[in-house]
Amino acid sequence: MSEDYNDNKTIQAQSSETISGEGGAGVTSDTDYVRPAEVADQDLYHGHSFITKWVFCQDAKVIGVQYFLLATFTGIIGLILSWLMRLQLGFPELAGFMTAEHYYQFVTMHGMIMVVYFLTALFLGGFGNYLIPLMVGARDMVFPYVNMVSFWMFFVAVGVLLASFFVPGGPTGSGWTLYPPQAILEGTPGSGMGIILMCVSLILFVAGFTMGGLNYLITVLQARTRGMTLMRMPLTVWGIFTATVLAMLAFPALLVSALMMSLDKLLGTSFFMPTILKAGEVLEYGGGTPILFQHLFWFFGHPEVYIVALPAFGIISDLISVHSRKNIFGYRMMVWAIVIIGALSFFVWAHHMYVSGMHPWFGFFFATTTLIIAVPTAMKVYNWILTLWRGNIRLNVVMLWCLGFIVTFVNGGITGIFLGNVTVDVPLSDTYFVIAHFHMVMGIAPLMVIMGAVYHWFPLVTGRMLSEKLGKWHFWFTFLGAYSIYFPMHYLGFIGVPRRYFEMYDSPYVTSAVGMNEFISTAAFIVGAAQFILIYNIVTSLKIGKPAGKNPWQANSLEWLTPTVPPEHGNWGDKLPVVHRWPYDFSVPGAKEDFITQTTPPSEVAETEVEKT
Amino acid sequence: MHAGIIFLLVIVGSVLFHIFTPWYWTDIASNWGAMDDTITLTFWVGGGVFVAVCLFMVYCVFKFSYKENRKAEYKPEDKKLERILTWATTLGVAALLAPGLIVWNQYINVPKNAINIDVMAWQWGWQYRLPGEDGKLGSTKVENINDNNPFGIILEDPNGKDDVLIQSDVIHLKNNRPVKILLRSVDVLHNWYVPQFRAKMDAVPGVVTYYWFEPNKVGEYEVLCAEYCGVGHYAMRGRVFVKNEQDYENWLYEQETFSDLIAKQEEIELSQVKLAKK
Repeated sequence: MSEDYNDNKTIQAQSSETISGEGGAGVTSDTDYVRPAEVADQDLYHGHSFITKWVFCQDAKVIGVQYFLLATFTGIIGLILSWLMRLQLGFPELAGFMTAEHYYQFVTMHGMIMVVYFLTALFLGGFGNYLIPLMVGARDMVFPYVNMVSFWMFFVAVGVLLASFFVPGGPTGSGWTLYPPQAILEGTPGSGMGIILMCVSLILFVAGFTMGGLNYLITVLQARTRGMTLMRMPLTVWGIFTATVLAMLAFPALLVSALMMSLDKLLGTSFFMPTILKAGEVLEYGGGTPILFQHLFWFFGHPEVYIVALPAFGIISDLISVHSRKNIFGYRMMVWAIVIIGALSFFVWAHHMYVSGMHPWFGFFFATTTLIIAVPTAMKVYNWILTLWRGNIRLNVVMLWCLGFIVTFVNGGITGIFLGNVTVDVPLSDTYFVIAHFHMVMGIAPLMVIMGAVYHWFPLVTGRMLSEKLGKWHFWFTFLGAYSIYFPMHYLGFIGVPRRYFEMYDSPYVTSAVGMNEFISTAAFIVGAAQFILIYNIVTSLKIGKPAGKNPWQANSLEWLTPTVPPEHGNWGDKLPVVHRWPYDFSVPGAKEDFITQTTPPSEVAETEVEKT
Repeated sequence: MHAGIIFLLVIVGSVLFHIFTPWYWTDIASNWGAMDDTITLTFWVGGGVFVAVCLFMVYCVFKFSYKENRKAEYKPEDKKLERILTWATTLGVAALLAPGLIVWNQYINVPKNAINIDVMAWQWGWQYRLPGEDGKLGSTKVENINDNNPFGIILEDPNGKDDVLIQSDVIHLKNNRPVKILLRSVDVLHNWYVPQFRAKMDAVPGVVTYYWFEPNKVGEYEVLCAEYCGVGHYAMRGRVFVKNEQDYENWLYEQETFSDLIAKQEEIELSQVKLAKK
């Protein structure tokens, strides 16, 4: 590596004309030319005390790990809530302590935690913070202080959310969609303090997230190292970048809907409240419309699906490419597909509302846009499997998670075509088919990516490998278990079992569902427990894991090319890296090894037949 | 290798599960067979893609798993292949979308001979109102709802006087006659859903929403609320009886109209006044 840096030094010091004037050496150096830097190196704040280094820290890598750990912590709470729900659904005789109020509170908190405080925070706050500066060759995020505040806002948001478990009435039980009027009326558990704290927590989350999001965007746009053109960025960065753009545009809709609902609750405004008769009395509301809330919520809610999915798409592309020892197939199409999916995701929100009572003509428009989005998404799937094709596939734990992702994502994507196609949605909406669909496509599939990414980047973050053996157990329990939870669950939806039912009683057509529910619940307990294999693996590997060394996977992208592993504050030592190619030059004909790192200048691999740089 | 075999078993298992599953949709009891057909079509196309993609993946795992001396192919792009795949996918998607839109068009256009039914929802229950001999439902207002006027009918509206009021969660429908379900709610969102009829729509306070279907199988069905409406959501059930014309007319004849209700109340008031005088 040090040789590269020396090479770059000469280029930095001299203009290209003077190099070519030096005679023989000029020919090769000329091909290695990279535009000189336009701005001075970033000045960083270096923490000195424990608190500035590890608590109120401005290093994006530490902030990334903080986001990761806090999101995982809330995720475990979400997991425990799902166990309680499954206990009620599968074995109600064992869940005697649980009332309908509890059940709905658990449903709501599980949903909100998993979507916002776990998946979004983990992908963007966790992976985004850790990987963006490293992958684009920056020393840190462009606004490190704001970045730190972003995490602590998230911390407070989680605190407020969890505090709602301890207020009178408990947390809100209005479903994670928080539909008014029920969310703020008696008759729904937690309609007092619970819903207010939920709104406050969401507002804090959005505010904090905006600070982080601006950082991700400007870092990608402004702080890329020399030679790192947009079309040389790893797809991980493309995915996180586009997802952040979506988040910046979508989260304000969530913010205002939370704000307006708080006003309806606290000040008696009627944004979402029509004239309502409750217990024989007409309430002091009037003129509002609940459907407005649904539009606002899903204008956030649908892009939110892609805020989770796009980083997952990006990360999985990189993992598949590295572990197949093959370039990602159709890189440019992959980039454009990410961008197009992101743009289209703002025109499909009302497919969540086909039976909401909105004007029925909307159905035509939103069914069409929704199915159009299937095309770029399908292209991505094709390109993943075409990357495997004629690759040299390492069947390690990371690759297993990738394969698991493809199966679950395609499965969930196909059922999305059912629900997006307005007519098919009519019988299936609000049933267990919907639950199965979105858990498969935005629960399990992104989870597979997170797990793959953990096994892939753990060596970078800690300098030690995770145990492959434990990893395989973890994978098979999780993949087979999760698949057997959600694949059969679709069929409950066909029967017509509605979602959010505390109890089915003895409806004639659902008695056959009882056995299925017991099976699903058992699988859910096992899958949840299997996650502790990962925690055990992480804890033990931190101490006794095999030392990773530099670039253990023989990857090309910059994050593996730091002078020290794990990377230190400032990432790059004295000199920023200079990029000469895209990150997917695997198995290039003529090359000695099966990978060429992004910092390798063309003169070093002159004999290879590189097609794209 | 073991991994490839397990993935293969998962895919084969999924297909077998689909073929032999005892859990599948209930026998349809309405005209919406077209919905079932679109689902079946989507199953064939979508299921085909799922199986093809996954089998290709498993094939790659078997065929191209790591060998020290093999080098992967280096081919960043294949424009022709990408173009073919794009167009084939677009075609497949269009083939699914077209029938979907056609059936949706039927779903939102109600036949002229449909009987209007006012379905009124609250936390947590249902009640129903049928038009009287004039075939029209009287207009309503939430503020008008009280013990004497349980549906909040506007008294000045002449259409409302002969409306048939069914203050019960049991409703009867005439076999082979389309019904237009007019949904309203006095408090929060609800959704009047009978799985065997396939159709559903939310009841939204402040507006009247609708959908229609034609029951075509005599029998008894359970009504479920399909939009979360608070802690009693799961218990918000009702019953529908689909009856032959004669049985239906007999049942309808026994029901009370709004004028009957008013008359009865006047009688009660009168007797109370008399009692008071005594």
